[in-house]
Amino acid sequence: MRAGKALRGVAVALAGALALTACGGGGDADDSGPAKLRMTVWSANEAHLKLFNEIAEEYRKSHPDVAEIKFDPLPFDTYTTTLTTQIAGGNAPDLAWVFENSAPDFVASGALLPLDDTLKKAEGYQYEDISPATLKLWQNEGKLYAYPFSTSPFGVFVNTDMLKKAGQKTPAELIAAGQWTWDNALATAAATAVKSGKAGLVIRDFDYKGWDNLSTFWTGWGAQAWSEDGKTCGFNSPEMVDAMTTLHKATFTQKALPGPGTTADFFAGDSAMTITQISRASLLKDGGFGWDLVPLPAGPKGNYAVVGQAGVGVMKKSPHAKQAADFLAFLTNPTNSAKLAQFFPPPRQSQLTAETLAKTNPQLKPEQLQKVVIDGITSGVVKPSHSGQAELSQQVRAGLDPLWQPNADVKAVLDGVCAKIQPLLAK
Amino acid sequence: MTQTDTRVGSAAAGPAPGPARPFWTSRRRDQLAGYAFIAPQLLGSVVFVILPLILVLWYSLHEWNVLAGTFEFVGTDNYRALADDPNLGAVLRATGLFSIGLVVVNLGLALLLAVLLNQRLRGTILFRTLFFSPVVVSLVAWTIVWGFLLQDNGGINGLLDTVGVHGPNWLRGEGTAMVSVIVVQVFKNVGLNMVLFLAALQGVPAELYEAAEVDGASRMRQFWRITVPLISPTILLTSIITVVGSLQVFAQIAVLTQGGPGTSTTVLVYYLYQQAFQFHHFGYGATLSILLFVIVLALTVLQWQMRKRWVFHES
Repeated sequence: MRAGKALRGVAVALAGALALTACGGGGDADDSGPAKLRMTVWSANEAHLKLFNEIAEEYRKSHPDVAEIKFDPLPFDTYTTTLTTQIAGGNAPDLAWVFENSAPDFVASGALLPLDDTLKKAEGYQYEDISPATLKLWQNEGKLYAYPFSTSPFGVFVNTDMLKKAGQKTPAELIAAGQWTWDNALATAAATAVKSGKAGLVIRDFDYKGWDNLSTFWTGWGAQAWSEDGKTCGFNSPEMVDAMTTLHKATFTQKALPGPGTTADFFAGDSAMTITQISRASLLKDGGFGWDLVPLPAGPKGNYAVVGQAGVGVMKKSPHAKQAADFLAFLTNPTNSAKLAQFFPPPRQSQLTAETLAKTNPQLKPEQLQKVVIDGITSGVVKPSHSGQAELSQQVRAGLDPLWQPNADVKAVLDGVCAKIQPLLAK
Repeated sequence: MTQTDTRVGSAAAGPAPGPARPFWTSRRRDQLAGYAFIAPQLLGSVVFVILPLILVLWYSLHEWNVLAGTFEFVGTDNYRALADDPNLGAVLRATGLFSIGLVVVNLGLALLLAVLLNQRLRGTILFRTLFFSPVVVSLVAWTIVWGFLLQDNGGINGLLDTVGVHGPNWLRGEGTAMVSVIVVQVFKNVGLNMVLFLAALQGVPAELYEAAEVDGASRMRQFWRITVPLISPTILLTSIITVVGSLQVFAQIAVLTQGGPGTSTTVLVYYLYQQAFQFHHFGYGATLSILLFVIVLALTVLQWQMRKRWVFHES
C-alpha cells in the first residue's frame, strides 16, 4: 500500500517534470507579434557593438514588425562551441556570425537559410558589387548561405619605438630597401627581444595551440595544411618541412618568437611585432607607443597575403527567419557596409579603395590600407578550413605538440601529423 | 423483498465507520506534509538527475547532428564505435593515471596534515585555515592563477631560478603536464579530506593510546594498529569521494592543458566534451558518458564491497 502511494507520488512528480520541460522547450518561439531578433557575435568591443546597435535602431524605425534586435557577444575562444551548444539546447539565435574554420560545416549542414533571393531583391543592394572570390567559402551548390561580413587580411603590427630603441631598422625602411623578408623580420625580432628584454614576434592567437594562425607564416613557403580538394595532407610536404624548420629555429635557437607557455600581448607593449588581422587595430590605445602596420614579410616563394573570413548567416529554424534575412540585407547594404568597413573590411569591390577605407579608418594611413588591406583581400589565401574542422584541428594540435620542444625532429613530427589526419581528410 | 433486505443490510454494514472518519485523517495530513517537504528535492532529482540519465541513454542510441538538426536512431552503432575508438586507450590511461595520482597524493597528504595538525601546538588553527581555504575558492579562478604560476616564465620557475634550478615547462611536457594538473587539484581539495580526517582522529579515544603506551608500543605501531583501523570508515568515505571526483575532472584540464600536450591529459570527461560540444558528435558523447557512469558505478560498488575487509566497525 505504502509502496503504491510512493510510486504514485513519483509518477506525479515525473509528469510535473515532463510538463515543465515541455514548457521550457518552446517558450521563446512565439510567432505572433513583433519579432525579437538575436544575433551572436564574437566581439564584445564597445565600438563594434555601438555601431551594430545604431544600424539596428535605424532599421527598427522603418520596420515596426521587429520589436528588438539584440547583439549577443560570445567569448572569442569558445565562440563556435557556445553557438552549437545554444543550437543543441533549442536556444539558437536568429542570426549568427560564423568563422571561416567552421564555414564548411555550417554551410553544408542545412542549418542556414539561403540568402541569394533576399539579398538580390533588396532595394539598392548592388549584389553584383560583392567580389565573387569572397563568396566562395559560403556557397554550396550554387546557393549563398552566409554573407562574407568580414574579409580581414593579416598584417604585421610593429612597435616602432621598441625597434628604434634596439637600434633596428623598421619594417618600413626594410620595405623601402626591398629587404622585408622573413629572414630579416626574424633577425629584427630576435635582436629587439634581446635588447628590450621583451618578446620579439608574436603570432597572435597561436599560443602553440591555434595552429591555423601559422598559415600566415607557412604560406610564404608555398605550404598548405591540405590540398585544394581537402583530400591530401600537406603537413609533410617539403615546403611545410622547410617552413616549420625555420619556425622551430626562430623559436628555440634564435628566440625571435616567445616559446610555448609564455604570454606576451603586443597591444600591451609586451612584444616588438605581432601578426594579426586589421580588425584588431581597435586594441591600439592612443599615445601608447609608436606603431606601424605592414604586409607580411616575403617568404622563399615571394610576396603573399593571408586573409581570415567571417560570415553572417540566418538560422533556418528561426521563427523569424524572414525578418532576420531582411535585417541582414539592411545591415550589409552599400551604406551600412561602408560604415562597418572601419572594423570589418567589406567584400564590396567599389568600397575596396584606399580612399573609401581611409574615411572610416582614421588610425590607418592610405598606403597601409592599400598594401595590407586591399592588396591582401584581392590576392590573399584564406586560412585553412575543412568540413569536420574541429576534430581535424584537435588532431593537428595534438600531433604538432611534440614540435614545440627544443630538440624536436621536425620531419618526424610532421609525418606523424599526416598519419593522424589523413584518415579524417579521406572521409 | 429479500433483495431489499439485502440492500438495507449492506447499506447498514458498509458505511458504518464512514461518516465518523473524515478523509483528512491526521495520518494522511502527516503523509501529505512529508511528501510536500520532500517534493522540491524529489522534483529536482527527477528533472536534473533521473530524467537526464534516461535521456543520455536514449541519445547514445542516436546520431544527433545539431547543426543539420537531424536525430537518427542508429541502435548500437555508437557502442561499436566506442569499442573501435583508437583514442580510447590513451584517454582511459590518462584518466587512470590522474585518478590514481590524485587519490594517492590527496589522501596521503590529507592524512599527514591531519595527523600533524591534530597535535596540541601553537598555530595549528592558522595552518588548518590555510589548508582549508582553497576548498572555498572558485575552481576556475584557482586554476587560472595556477596556470600563470606554471608558465615557462611563471612564478614557480622564477622561484626555482633563485635557487639555481631551471624548471621544466610544466604544462607543455608530456609527463609534467599530468603531474601539474594532479598537484593543482590536490592543493584545491586536500583541505576537505584533511578536515574529515581531523574529525575522525579526534574521535579516537585517548585511553587506547595510553594503554598502548603502557604496553610499550612505539608511535608508529600505535598509528598503524590504533589510528588507522579506527579512522578506516573515514578513509573509505574520503577515498570514494576522491575517486568519484577524480573521474569528473574537467575545468582544470580545460583551463590548463586542453587535453595536451598530445593527448597526455585528455581524461574521459574532457574527451566526452570534445566529442559532443566541439566535434558535434552528441550521440557518441552520450555513449562516452554511459561508459563513465558504468566506471564510476563499478568503482563505487567495489569500494563498498571492500569495506567489509578493511573497515573497522563494520560487520
